[in-house]
Amino acid sequence: MSEATKTPSPLLLDMKNICIEGFADERWHPIIKGVDLQLNRGEVLGLIGESGAGKSTLGKAAMGYTQPGCRITQGEVWFDGQDLAQAKTREKRAIWGTRISYVAQSAAASFNPAHRLIDQTIRASKRLSDRNEAELRRDAIELFDALNLPEPETIGQRYPHQVSGGQLQRVMTAMAMSSLPDLIIFDEPTTALDVTTQVEVLASIRNIVSQFNTAAIYITHDLAVVAQMADRIKVLRYGEEVEQADTRTMLSDPKQDYTKSLWSVRSLEKPGHASDDVLLAIENIDAAYGTAKVLHDVSIKLPRGRTVAVVGESGSGKSTAARVITGLLPQSKGSVTFDGQALPPKLSNRSKEQLRRIQMIYQMADTAMNPRQTVGQIIGRPLEFYLGLRGKEQERRVIELLEMIELDASFYDRLPDELSGGQKQRICIARALAAEPDIIICDEVTSALDQIVQEGILNLLQRLQNEFGIAYLFITHDIATVRAISDEIVVMWQGKVVEQGMKNEILSPPHPAYSELLLSSVPEMNPDWLDTLLTRREAGGEGVIKAQD
Amino acid sequence: MTEIKPKAAPSALNETGAVRLRRSRFDRLRILLSRAPLTAWFGMIVVAIYGIAAVFAPWIAPYGEAEIFAKADDVWSKEHWLGTDQIGRDVLTRLLYGARNTVGIALGTTMLSFLIGGGLGLMAAIDRGWIDQVFSRGIDVLMAIPSLIFALMLLAIFDSSIIGLILIIGVLDATRVFRLARSVSLNIAVMDYVEAARLRGENMGWIMTREILPNILPPLIAEFGLRFIFVFLTIAALSFLGMGVQPPTADWGSMVRENARWITYVPYFPFQEALYYALKPLLPAGCIALLTIAVNFIVDWFLHETSGLRDV
Repeated sequence: MSEATKTPSPLLLDMKNICIEGFADERWHPIIKGVDLQLNRGEVLGLIGESGAGKSTLGKAAMGYTQPGCRITQGEVWFDGQDLAQAKTREKRAIWGTRISYVAQSAAASFNPAHRLIDQTIRASKRLSDRNEAELRRDAIELFDALNLPEPETIGQRYPHQVSGGQLQRVMTAMAMSSLPDLIIFDEPTTALDVTTQVEVLASIRNIVSQFNTAAIYITHDLAVVAQMADRIKVLRYGEEVEQADTRTMLSDPKQDYTKSLWSVRSLEKPGHASDDVLLAIENIDAAYGTAKVLHDVSIKLPRGRTVAVVGESGSGKSTAARVITGLLPQSKGSVTFDGQALPPKLSNRSKEQLRRIQMIYQMADTAMNPRQTVGQIIGRPLEFYLGLRGKEQERRVIELLEMIELDASFYDRLPDELSGGQKQRICIARALAAEPDIIICDEVTSALDQIVQEGILNLLQRLQNEFGIAYLFITHDIATVRAISDEIVVMWQGKVVEQGMKNEILSPPHPAYSELLLSSVPEMNPDWLDTLLTRREAGGEGVIKAQD
Repeated sequence: MTEIKPKAAPSALNETGAVRLRRSRFDRLRILLSRAPLTAWFGMIVVAIYGIAAVFAPWIAPYGEAEIFAKADDVWSKEHWLGTDQIGRDVLTRLLYGARNTVGIALGTTMLSFLIGGGLGLMAAIDRGWIDQVFSRGIDVLMAIPSLIFALMLLAIFDSSIIGLILIIGVLDATRVFRLARSVSLNIAVMDYVEAARLRGENMGWIMTREILPNILPPLIAEFGLRFIFVFLTIAALSFLGMGVQPPTADWGSMVRENARWITYVPYFPFQEALYYALKPLLPAGCIALLTIAVNFIVDWFLHETSGLRDV
């Protein structure tokens, strides 16, 4: 691979007083309010903040690009002596894909399903460089190898749907690297991945960035991840910079209150309580989608008023188990016992009372609420349906419920569009609560939320459990959440239960091999965590089961 | 509303959501109209004129619908602005009543087809099981038969009363509505809130009308405009063939047919009369064409507004 010629000046990107506006609701709204950003060659800058803070918008502006409906109103974007804020599209196109590349969050949505991976990988380089195709292909295969992709020689011949999410994300990184750019913008590249896969992608990205001395902007809301990747961290909030410092200083000594609050979220923890009063038990369940068997002999016990966390990566069958309990997917073998009685496998055979007592909260609050119904209608419906409350009585109860979830009566007439992510999830909780259930199944309820908001939701759930004695079946892949809320833990892998037990037992060694892999893959706030982990894994004795990637 | 107990600074209240300006329906309509392009305005004005003509035909029309005058095939005059037809009825009156009949029947038929097609489509999308299979394959069979020929056959078997016409065309046209309703509902039926409603134990009726229908209304309304036009054209075509609206009821399709023969004679008249006789069949045909174009303009604009394809 030929080494790109690099000018000696260390400063690669200099964004001065950037202001960006977005058009919505017939008006222009400020999204970024005067942010400066400097990046040297070979440096990795972590950009963090909650959603809506403007991280992605700022990251894209570093390429001189804004999304449709947005505009740069002020400021300069100096990239290697050229102001991209003023540059013409033709000039920018000469830089995009060759000197600056972009790695998007959802690789699956960003690849063209009709073309082979290798053709897409070398597309930009082919368009703009004078090297011949065979040479580019050879380079791409080298990159696949460097990114630890299996069968680097032939994986490029596959189509996007033939590889896993983690592999696709790495191919996308290879695509970004193939033209040896000076700058790569990573926009939440591992957010959609399982922790076990995330480790491998993170290691590959870091490796390759340092190997080619590429500068990078790494956008994420996961602090533990940014701690591994970045040399320097910039915290954004409401389109403004909160503070910036190099990674170690930022982690050990944050100056601003907002940053401190971000840092403290992960420390939420509660002691686990045991209970023998089993409220819900699923025993020896087998379940299948058509002919594809997903659950194999799964048994889980949920005690009254306690929280059982079901952990595992995607495809491990945790959500399927929830579907069996709710009756959406009748099991082919085994039984579900609820409060001493067998629950009919099919939803349509269950009584209204049985339905009322088991409620569910979803991962995406956006899609869990009908966008055409107001908050009052959403929460009011279960009140009317199960408890027969109507009119004034119903309205009074809805407002009571709104207060229980720390909102107030002013939300009664709002539509879901007019709520923040955390408020939406709270409304979903209130809807479940309205039915006065014994069990709430929480399917990844916090994973789409920012960390501070997550903490609020977890605290709320805990308080409701203390007050009303509701049992939670908490499905998640996030170990920090598990620590914060669970009494017992069930670890699932490939449709089987690996182990079930009290939180303390599961989280402390010795672990079965898979639990070990899962637990050790959870990023920690220590900047040396990834190095230590990789050294340990290389030395052997850990990660005996290779994650099915 | 009962009094609200003060709470210790609820944190979630302060979260900034994408809080939008709340606007009344009237304001939203005003903003929508202020952005409407000229073509849409043209369409709306034409449709409004047709609507007025259809509703107020008995009051606007100078004569009775089937009133016959002494002179048949008369040219334009003070008494008969657009002349009289082959048996001496006033053409302007016939056109106004024609608006009432043709548009009225088309509207009724379209509503019926939406009721049937929309209802079945929603049910199929929610069920996604054997109901879906039965409906979809049944509809496929119906669609495999050319609809105009099928309609002619059915009208020959039953009679061509107005009710029969509405029922037959309504059912045949429901096939296309079914397909659209099913495909747009499928996108909504997989949403978590529909699953939540099923888990709550809601029946099919609630899920159809409360959870899914409000979310698929924009494409359905747009389709309503288009289907209305197709039904309208089908009825005109059937009337032209003599199987649609029967005399003495005024109808544009039959008017085109009755006057069509004049086109053959046009070259043999002196210019002034030639123009008149050429226009005779073209007037009702023009009414059909104008409404078709007007509704299409409105639908285009509406689809553009609701599909989110707007380039800001």
